Amino acid sequence: MTSAADSPDARGALVLSKLSKAYVAGKPVITDIDLAFSARGITAIIGPSGTGKSTLIRCINGLVTPTSGEILFKGARLTGLTGQALRAARRRIGMVHQEYNLVERLSVMENVLSGRLGYVPAWRAWLRKFPQSDIDRAFELLDAIGLADFATRRADQLSGGQRQRVGIARALVQEPELLLADEPTSSLDPKTSVEIVELIGRLAGARDIPVIINIHNVELARRFATRIIGMAQGRVVFDGRAADLRDRHLAEIYGGESWIE
Amino acid sequence: MSEAAQVPTAPRAALPASWLRRAGFIALGLYTLYAFSTLEITFDRFVRGLDQGAKFLARMWPPNVEPSKLALLSQGMIESIQIAVLATFVGVLLSLPLGLLAARNLVPAAVSWTARGIIALCRSFHPVIVAILFVKAVGFGALAGILALIVASMGFVSKLFAEAIEEMNLKQVEAVRATGATFWGVLFIGVLPQVIARFVGFAAYQLDSNLRNSTMVGIVGGGGIGATLFTAYQRFDYDFVLTILIVIIAVIMVSEIASAWLRRVFQ
Repeated sequence: MTSAADSPDARGALVLSKLSKAYVAGKPVITDIDLAFSARGITAIIGPSGTGKSTLIRCINGLVTPTSGEILFKGARLTGLTGQALRAARRRIGMVHQEYNLVERLSVMENVLSGRLGYVPAWRAWLRKFPQSDIDRAFELLDAIGLADFATRRADQLSGGQRQRVGIARALVQEPELLLADEPTSSLDPKTSVEIVELIGRLAGARDIPVIINIHNVELARRFATRIIGMAQGRVVFDGRAADLRDRHLAEIYGGESWIE
Repeated sequence: MSEAAQVPTAPRAALPASWLRRAGFIALGLYTLYAFSTLEITFDRFVRGLDQGAKFLARMWPPNVEPSKLALLSQGMIESIQIAVLATFVGVLLSLPLGLLAARNLVPAAVSWTARGIIALCRSFHPVIVAILFVKAVGFGALAGILALIVASMGFVSKLFAEAIEEMNLKQVEAVRATGATFWGVLFIGVLPQVIARFVGFAAYQLDSNLRNSTMVGIVGGGGIGATLFTAYQRFDYDFVLTILIVIIAVIMVSEIASAWLRRVFQ
């Protein structure tokens, strides 16, 4: 594990140690993951479908409870949290989802503001009485993603690329200290995919937020990530700079060689 | 995978016949024939019935529009509409929490099964039977009818509402949960927006159905036009019966149009 070197903490801002998850006892999806992430930069996790990439990043924000192991974020434990402590941890971590996962029947603005639910009491959200500072922040982000004119449109009227940009705004309005992205481009065309990953990198970079992104597209990972982690069968089999990823690594991650050009 | 490996075999079944399904249909057909034979339904009786029905209809025409009758009619009809609206309002309001508590993907199993038990109890009797119970409990009049229809509304709306919640998109809910939202935050922003349009649809349908039922509960003493209708039948005022039926049909049609409009607005 080389890339923790650029972090002020010896190990990194986010540290996973001996992390395992088995949905069915005896059949672990991820096994003994030891990883450390620095406080900046984009890390891409690549690997075949079903190898536990999603499970790994969902353990970080507690959507999945790991079977064993520990996660430390800036020195504080994320594992084993419940109730209010879990919610307080989640609001520090933004997440961009695979199929956008916007609430389709709500407007773009309501979707972006839903990112503030960790801070705003439920009754205020219900009455749509969000603090003005949250609304200002939401408009700033809508400007940044180029969808300010769509604020009052319903989310289900948007195209896939537009929806995912709203998904990014929803994650960033949380003012997170870490951004997770779970296959954010898997339902998008190649051009839009590039734009989305570029947008994530640019907005997170401007705010100095580290990004962990699960991605199928190796080329996109190479192009935008500073660090690449390759997983196969629930274990880390490659961890290094994007520039150091070779065909033999890809063969080890995905198996076989005939598909590599 | 050589060519030689392809030994000619029996043709592969693309659309295999389901003998179980066929047996089911045959059993249903046989039972229908059996039930028909035991109930002594004969063609002769049917023809005689048609004849009597014609006489009955002849006695109904023309509808009775005497002012005194119309006053009686409007008083009963207004009471029926009031019963329907009040019962729908209270019943639907109670269905909202009951439906949420019955959704298995939202609450612990013990809670949802309890709520499902209550819903099943509400649904187990026809509104008229529930109305008889309430007439015994609170006496004759509109209150008994309202209470009976509240029970019916809760049974119907909360059951369908719970099913709508169970069919919602859980990924959208999870995305809201991932922001650090509380249970109530998830409910208001992640769950309700997905299902509220269908809930309004169920409520509109229930208003419709309560209007129809509110004309029924009167027959057993639950107030409304039903009592007027029943009295008219018993006094052989068939021309007044026709007037009442026409007005009921008109009111139901208007409510049908109104509820369709309501559903469209909330889509």
